[in-house]
Amino acid sequence: MTEDEFAAYQSLSEETEDHRWAFGTGFTDPLEGIDASVPDGVDAVALATYCLMLGDDALIYSHRLQQWMTRLPELEEETALANIALDLLGQARMLLARAGRAEAPRRPDGSGRDEDELAFFRDEHEFRNVRLVEALDADFAELTGRLLIFSSWRLALFSRLTDSADPVLAAIAAKGVKELTYHRDYAAQWVIRLGDGTPLSHGKMQAALDAVWPLVDELFEADSVTAALSGVAADPAALRGEVGAVLDAVFDAATLDHPGAAPMARVAGKSGRDGVHTEAFGYLLAELQSVARAHPGATW
Amino acid sequence: MEGSQVRSGWPLYEVFLRGKRGLNHVHVGSLHAADPQMALHHARDLYTRRNEGVSIWVVAARDITASSPDEKDPFFAPSGDKVYRHPTFYEIPDDVPHM
Repeated sequence: MTEDEFAAYQSLSEETEDHRWAFGTGFTDPLEGIDASVPDGVDAVALATYCLMLGDDALIYSHRLQQWMTRLPELEEETALANIALDLLGQARMLLARAGRAEAPRRPDGSGRDEDELAFFRDEHEFRNVRLVEALDADFAELTGRLLIFSSWRLALFSRLTDSADPVLAAIAAKGVKELTYHRDYAAQWVIRLGDGTPLSHGKMQAALDAVWPLVDELFEADSVTAALSGVAADPAALRGEVGAVLDAVFDAATLDHPGAAPMARVAGKSGRDGVHTEAFGYLLAELQSVARAHPGATW
Repeated sequence: MEGSQVRSGWPLYEVFLRGKRGLNHVHVGSLHAADPQMALHHARDLYTRRNEGVSIWVVAARDITASSPDEKDPFFAPSGDKVYRHPTFYEIPDDVPHM
């Protein structure tokens, strides 16, 4: 045998450190070896708020996806949605932890809030998520339509954040890009299948897009926190073209009309990013935080 | 619900997975899907959650031809007594390298 032919067999004979696993472990920590201090010249409070914004999007949307468990049409879709919800929860944990650490020096007692405290003990007006993720989906078409829009937007956002001046944010974004690519692909395939399907599924998919569309404009609105973080954060307005092109391509393949619904109004000029949320959010938060608030400081 | 009669229309697919350290795809299970592309995605969602593999094959179960248990004797019994077909049957002389 030549050397090249031997090389393939050599990997089989290498000793793995854990002999229980047939296929090897290979677990990696995406934040290993990354300097966690806030870079010079970056406003720490703004960075913490920005991480809260991105983390809250993932946390709340993950909760909504989790509420779909046992209600999906097929068992395979259950696992797929569970995987997606779990990926988003992982992103939320890393982002909330980053927010807690970045804000720590500026807090009165100098100690930062950890991810659990940020997730379970903040009140409604302190959450900075967009309003798109708050609503309960009426049916499977709305679920996949909302997931398509959310993951296309978040993927475009994270692709830009991989160049962020904050190394932790860049690492989180690099890991997130791989996950979000799959989420977007999964949602797009379902939107195309339902849109280009029977008249019933086409009608439901079109109605779902029309229902979700009023909350899309908010994803691309500029805000003061992002403006204060040039080089670290990604400008939301710059994403509109790329995300619009992706969504148009999917709608064309699905033979769906581009939704024309007007954007949902702000409340006294404020929306999700300012802590003003829809009515559904209160109920969502009550369920999400109920156990932790009933037993503060408890551990498993 | 009107859709209940159509519910189990998805065909069965068998899933084969190759691990990072493997050379061949091994059978890991089966799933239902509407078409081959969906089957690939379902296989990724169901069978690679613990970092089991780097390559997935899905094959529609109806395309697989399998031997039947009734033919076990004529198919497999004759090879049971032919010990000369195993390399360990032969003695290698000491001066022959790499075998």
